[in-house]
Amino acid sequence: MNDKIKRNNKSIINILKNIDFEKYGPLLALLILFIISSFASPYFLKMRNLTNILRQVSYTGIIALGMTFVIISAGIDLSVGSMTALVGGIVVLTLNYFGGGYFAIFIAIIVGMFFGIIFGAFNGLIITKWNVAPFIVTLGTMSIFRSLTLYISGASEFRSTSSLFPQLGMGYILGLPIPVWILLGLTVLYSVILNHTKYGRYVCAVGSNEKVAKYSAIKVKMIRFFTYVIVGFNVAITSVLLSSRLNSISSSGAGTGYELDAIAAVIIGGTAMSGGSGSVVGTLIGAIILGIVNNMLNMLGVSPYLQGTVKGLVIIGAVLIQRKKD
Amino acid sequence: MSEFLVRTENIAKEFSGVRVLDDINIKIKKGEIFGIIGENGAGKSTFIKILNGIYNQTEGEVYFEDDNVKMSVQKAKKMGINTIPQEFNLINDLNVYENIYLGQEYQKNRLLLDKNKMRKKTVEFLKELNTEIDPNEKISNLSVAQKQMVEIAKAVAYNSKLLIMDEPTTVLTPFEVKTLFELMKNLVKKGITIIYISHNLKEVNEICDRIMILRDGKFVCIENAADINEEEMANRMVGRELNQMFPPKVQESKENILEVNNLNVEGVLDNISFNLKKGEVLGFSGLVGAGRTELAETIIGIREMSSGEIKVNGEKKLINSPTKAVKNNIAYLPEDRQGVGILTNFNITSNITLISLEKYTKFLINHKKTKEQSRYYIDQFNIQTPSLDTELQYLSGGNQQKVSLAKSLDTEPKIFIFDEPTRGIDVNAKMEIFNFIHELVQSGISCIFISSELEEIIGMCNRVVVMRSGKITGILEGEHINEEEIMYHATGVKRGVI
Repeated sequence: MNDKIKRNNKSIINILKNIDFEKYGPLLALLILFIISSFASPYFLKMRNLTNILRQVSYTGIIALGMTFVIISAGIDLSVGSMTALVGGIVVLTLNYFGGGYFAIFIAIIVGMFFGIIFGAFNGLIITKWNVAPFIVTLGTMSIFRSLTLYISGASEFRSTSSLFPQLGMGYILGLPIPVWILLGLTVLYSVILNHTKYGRYVCAVGSNEKVAKYSAIKVKMIRFFTYVIVGFNVAITSVLLSSRLNSISSSGAGTGYELDAIAAVIIGGTAMSGGSGSVVGTLIGAIILGIVNNMLNMLGVSPYLQGTVKGLVIIGAVLIQRKKD
Repeated sequence: MSEFLVRTENIAKEFSGVRVLDDINIKIKKGEIFGIIGENGAGKSTFIKILNGIYNQTEGEVYFEDDNVKMSVQKAKKMGINTIPQEFNLINDLNVYENIYLGQEYQKNRLLLDKNKMRKKTVEFLKELNTEIDPNEKISNLSVAQKQMVEIAKAVAYNSKLLIMDEPTTVLTPFEVKTLFELMKNLVKKGITIIYISHNLKEVNEICDRIMILRDGKFVCIENAADINEEEMANRMVGRELNQMFPPKVQESKENILEVNNLNVEGVLDNISFNLKKGEVLGFSGLVGAGRTELAETIIGIREMSSGEIKVNGEKKLINSPTKAVKNNIAYLPEDRQGVGILTNFNITSNITLISLEKYTKFLINHKKTKEQSRYYIDQFNIQTPSLDTELQYLSGGNQQKVSLAKSLDTEPKIFIFDEPTRGIDVNAKMEIFNFIHELVQSGISCIFISSELEEIIGMCNRVVVMRSGKITGILEGEHINEEEIMYHATGVKRGVI
């Protein structure tokens, strides 16, 4: 009897030992966090709370999906937060210009997407064409985008006059908020792109070793350029959803800190900063982990000023756990 | 104190259940040059990585100067065990003396770096090596051979007791090898013990006192170098009699498949003209730095040519990117395998299909097809791997090379450029590669074969182009393909002197 228990224990330890932590670490962490949270607070498992968490993470989560490609290609994009505000502002201005009806919403979305792609392409162009470090370029555009937002709005708010627009950001389909559906849909799409298309394979190759990629007839610059375009596109989606939820965009507050949350989600999701490989689904999990941590800290009444500390510890801890052994 | 510097007892190493090294019991004497030979995957590298603390052994004990030690990289360094690795460990952005003193910098007033002292010492070390390298030169500006000399100087600077050299001569010219051997003899006189690993059996036999032979992770024998000849060494490594090294040469056709006319690259290549015939193996010989790799890189569009033309099948082609080279059915197997050839964190399938991914893709990659294809290459080239999903960093050098080969071949080339294809791989894998080239030319593919091993060039090639400092100094045919003629052209007027 005792023997059997011992053997069982042993096999459990063996199973734990054999788990590929690099691959399933984030998922495991999410499960553990989920279980702890459901014991810690009776409200955690309420449907309303869970959908709220998902909605909260969807804004930076969508950006993080794009950021995954950038980081796998051994790049970084610090400008996404400011870009969110600027594109959001443009969306609201366009919406107001065309009167705020369904047609105006349609046009505003198209224009927003267009500018998101343009801003992303601007980052990508400088990085690849003139070979400037991505950190520097996007640090620069981070400042540029925020400053333009403040200038255009006169340092106040972009306020939408449309009564229809909030339907998009506030709406539900089959019990889930629209932004959550978009987050999940994009996760599937990008996961397929990363794992099952040439482009995804090339992004990994470029991040793994640029020279090998070049010798392997891969258009390195083109590949890297498009990672920034993808981020810009995703930022635009977030901008539309965010401005529609609030029916306004604050020129100073919108999108601040998004770059850090997006990068954190990617890292927690198991993608290495050094590039070469990574996981889109991991990034989704990383974003949700961050969301649950925030949610729990709120519910447990931890000072909001301390939440940054916990977030920081989670990021560092995630990297430590996932580090390759021997 | 015993006469032994290193003793190992029943050393074994497993990687995820696979035994790569089994039951090694040896004693290395103080002040000897101890050779280790064996095929790729025989366990040579694993063995020395246990000695220098990179790996921990799964079983067994290591004794250093009679102390039982649990080795780690830091401990090994402290005890005076230094390794000159196959792939260099130098920081490209630092200069020579900074690299040599990295981690053990001299300081003055306990605060500032004593750069002058480090520079002076570096000059002394390099002088001992008979090399003239400016201590202020950046590593990235050095040739491969010079980098190696810096690595050796670095090891000497660390007051080594045990110096481990892993394939040190593959990148050196014969003259430099001679210098290296002189240096090794001097080091031994100073009481340093050397472990020497090489695939060049002739050199091992020449320089080593005793030689250990490994096969498939197991100990075969230790012999005094005086008691064993090269042939015997090779046979025991492989465990059977070796046949003829080189396959027969195939008669080339008269038609040109590739013509290079008056090709210039500013400061690198000077007025290069040659032609490659269908079904030919065209050798490129020359000393390190003669511009052979640069020429290959220009042909495949990595380097920009300043003037000249390239014709494929008689048609003028503009090849300004590797993509264009692939389109024109030109494949390149690079010399610097890990630097530009393969992705070490990609698995076998992803590596093999990296260039040819187009073939397997409609909108999505057909993973089933890519796996089938890599399984075909694994059989074809006898690639030793636990699975298709194994990342390349876990394969031995020879198996990595075969994957690199499969990767280039999968583009279905008509012209195949091999750049030092046998660098750092063992006799058996070498023969496999020679036979592979033979099969290629038999099927009508034309090959450019760049090699620093004269024996290979002579054994494999229909014609030999000899280069020297970016120029072609001779194109040899028939009976003119011999060691003396090649060296004469490679070194220019001053015969045999670098």
